[in-house]
Amino acid sequence: MLRYILKRFLTMIVTIWIIVTITFVLMISIPGSPLNEERGTSESVQRNLESYYNLDQPYHIQYILYLKSIVTLDFGPSIKQPNQTVNDLLGQGFPISFELGMVTILVALLSGVTLGIIAALKHNGFIDYMAMSVAVLGISIPNFVLSTLLIQQLAVNLNLLPPATWASPLHMVLPVAALATGPMAIIARLTRSTMLEVLTQDYIKMARAKGLSPWKIVIKHALKNALMPVITIIGTLLAGILTGTFVIEKIFAIPGMGRYFVESINQRDYPVIMGTTVFYSVFLVVMLFLVDIIYGLLDPRIKLHKKEGE
Amino acid sequence: MKPENKQVPNEWFRWTEKDVKAAEVVSRPSLSYWSDAWYRLIKNKLAMLGMFFLVIVVFLAIFGPIISPYEVTKMDQPNQFHPPSKDHWFGTDQHGRDVFTRTWYGARVSLFVGLMAALIDFCIGIIYGGIAGYKGGRVDNIMMRIVEVLYGIPYLLVVILLLVIMEPSLTTIIIALTVTGWVGMARIVRGQVLQIKNYEFVLASKSFGTNTSRIIRRNLIPNTMGPIIVQLTLTVPSAIFAEAFLSFLGLGIQSPYASWGTMASDSLGAILSGHWWTLFFPAFFISFTMFAFNVLGDGLQDALDPKLRK
Amino acid sequence: MEKILEVKDLHVHFSTYGGIVQAVRGVSFHLYKGETLAIVGESGCGKSVTSNAIMKLIPSPPGRLVRGKIQFHDKQLTELSEKEMRSIRGVDISMIFQDPMTALNPTLTIGTQLMEGLKQHKKISSLEAREKALEMLELVGIPNPDERLKQYPHQFSGGMRQRIVIAIALICEPELLIADEPTTALDVTIQAQILELFEKIQRETGVSIILITHDLGVVAKVADRVAVMYAGKLIEEGDKREIFYHPQHPYTKGLLKSVPRLDATEAELTPIDGTPPDLFSPPKGCPFAPRCPMAMEVCLRKYPKTKSLTTTHKVDCWLQDKRAKKLLASSSRK
Repeated sequence: MLRYILKRFLTMIVTIWIIVTITFVLMISIPGSPLNEERGTSESVQRNLESYYNLDQPYHIQYILYLKSIVTLDFGPSIKQPNQTVNDLLGQGFPISFELGMVTILVALLSGVTLGIIAALKHNGFIDYMAMSVAVLGISIPNFVLSTLLIQQLAVNLNLLPPATWASPLHMVLPVAALATGPMAIIARLTRSTMLEVLTQDYIKMARAKGLSPWKIVIKHALKNALMPVITIIGTLLAGILTGTFVIEKIFAIPGMGRYFVESINQRDYPVIMGTTVFYSVFLVVMLFLVDIIYGLLDPRIKLHKKEGE
Repeated sequence: MKPENKQVPNEWFRWTEKDVKAAEVVSRPSLSYWSDAWYRLIKNKLAMLGMFFLVIVVFLAIFGPIISPYEVTKMDQPNQFHPPSKDHWFGTDQHGRDVFTRTWYGARVSLFVGLMAALIDFCIGIIYGGIAGYKGGRVDNIMMRIVEVLYGIPYLLVVILLLVIMEPSLTTIIIALTVTGWVGMARIVRGQVLQIKNYEFVLASKSFGTNTSRIIRRNLIPNTMGPIIVQLTLTVPSAIFAEAFLSFLGLGIQSPYASWGTMASDSLGAILSGHWWTLFFPAFFISFTMFAFNVLGDGLQDALDPKLRK
Repeated sequence: MEKILEVKDLHVHFSTYGGIVQAVRGVSFHLYKGETLAIVGESGCGKSVTSNAIMKLIPSPPGRLVRGKIQFHDKQLTELSEKEMRSIRGVDISMIFQDPMTALNPTLTIGTQLMEGLKQHKKISSLEAREKALEMLELVGIPNPDERLKQYPHQFSGGMRQRIVIAIALICEPELLIADEPTTALDVTIQAQILELFEKIQRETGVSIILITHDLGVVAKVADRVAVMYAGKLIEEGDKREIFYHPQHPYTKGLLKSVPRLDATEAELTPIDGTPPDLFSPPKGCPFAPRCPMAMEVCLRKYPKTKSLTTTHKVDCWLQDKRAKKLLASSSRK
């Protein structure tokens, strides 16, 4: 188990290093200097930037100093927001985005798994077809379409829920619904198919031959095995949700990091774009790592098999 | 029991002829893999619906802009926000441009991006995965380690980064999508190549007497091509989705040219003022196309799965 | 001897993609207390379906028990509700599956899997359940049962896992054990050990066993009586000596000829030509007729009635008819 964790950890470090290097290379390859010229950068900002990026140094020194600042979680200043650093922006925006993301993944997991299990247990029945139709629609409708639809119908036309901002739990309903539908559909489809496969396994037949009740068989014997593959895709889903927050926060005017990020893209605020990208990438890679560890802890077989990749 | 046996006429007690016996053996016609898969696919109503939808979208993408008397980029400010009518079937947008023309022009862009991304992924994936799987051993190990690291990088973030740096155009979007997109395909191809290698010993042992090309046709290609075809079908919608997402963030096709994503993004404000058609048509056809590809991919997955073959 | 199980005219159908498969088509047999009945046949002949039908474990849909009676002591199993059936499964009738690698749940310890049946059916404390589990592991010959209880299936070899599966099946002291190809997935040396274990268990517990197998070597070793199945029909039944030394049905003879024997003077193995019929549309005559070296016109037209040769030996074959005997006497088959 320790070897497994160590191996995963090293992979994670390499991944992070590659991401940071890519950002650095892209940064210095931006045509002209991104940090001055007619971008209306004030002089104080200019000085901050130069000291952060060490523009007077040769590239390899710049690279090493950049790596160092990333390790110390210092992402540098912003061009467009005077006196704000990327860290300041992250400090304001990220908690909100994090909350949105976590509520979304929880909602998606709970509803997706439930839907998938019910569909599998009622295999080829009416409920199965309904659940899977909903799921196919869920993965087919982009979240920006769904959110405008929700705002127009539930908030504007029916006036049931607040259409925007992030003030109360009630405000969370629409953005979370818009963001969670896609992942929920993916989880439901995966849960259903793994559940169906697990239910044909010999050990399920064996459990039935022991005279256990169907309920007990599902809970004790099928569920854990069926949910293992679901755990492995949580990392990927988180990445999708996180990028989804960019869109959702823009549409619902939620003051999270995603909205700052989109604004920084539109204003070409390079340090913010770079810093946020690195921060989010590292965040996701760490999450992926944690998910893998949890998987390893839950599956007794991992301790023996050190096979990776697949 | 005796009397009943008596009813059996005496003349039935004679030895059978050889050819009578042969005729008595009922055997089901054995279908080749592809016709069997095809048969199962066309029996799948949902997959056929998806195929039908795709034909509609492709047809309109080709002929829509041709039959329309309007130009894609032609602005006609006085005619802004015309609801759908005899002259403008899908209405006009905030610059008076014909939404019908723009929707089908956007369909061309979206389909082109999706198909190109899938094709390039396929080429790189075949080469990379093919080499890894064919060489095996250390080469495979190193190449797959690289893939594993790349797999951990949140690809939309990298794509965003690339598009921020590069000049936005159709080519850059396709490049950005495929820079990270080929990894999944490479993994699948490698797995399939490893399977082929296992078949080699079958080939060697069967080379006496059995028709080799028959083995390749009946066993090898079906068993290895299935997952690759399915992956291809599912790459298209995810590329279309990614393009829409990027356009929505302002990183895709730039106005005045149209893609479904830019159209949706541009009309976000319009929808709240009641001009629903500007968003509805591009949004509907994104979902429509995604749905079609997804159900077709599901159908193919079921039809091509050798496990399900009886 | 007391009959504990009687199966009468069992029919099981499966609806599949290509139509309805008539997997079991009128099978009748019985089982005495304390004996081992082997059901023999090629794969797909319906022997596993028959055993699953006794447990009422046929997945439905697509499977359906169309007709027939299954009497266990004085209970008609076919008439019991699913809930009543559950109080019989694992308690009165237990089952062992072919592949020990897949029959155990990979995510639960073997202790949990051993004891859950016990806890389900008997009012018993955890401590007593543990005692019983240890006792069972010892019975099936697993060393260090104390430690092994906490381990997961992947930490055991195939043979060990099959022993655990047997322990699980026996923990509630059932009267009837159905073993579906219990040795097929194992190495030959392990096979012999498992078969010896069966004999030992039967001696010590007096359990009746239905052994499903296609391996006549296994049958020769442990069975008391043998039933031969072909294409969903039970074509010959008798005690072990009758089947091995006086087989009557050409299919049984063919089966015996296709098995290598150490004591055979001529080293001759004769496989049976052809394949079993398609059970989507089973032939109206004897299903073996197209492959049978002794087939007559009548065999293709009508299924023969069961003929009892002795009190134990029964066979479904037209060659038993007087007229066939006359034909045999007058002309031999080329």
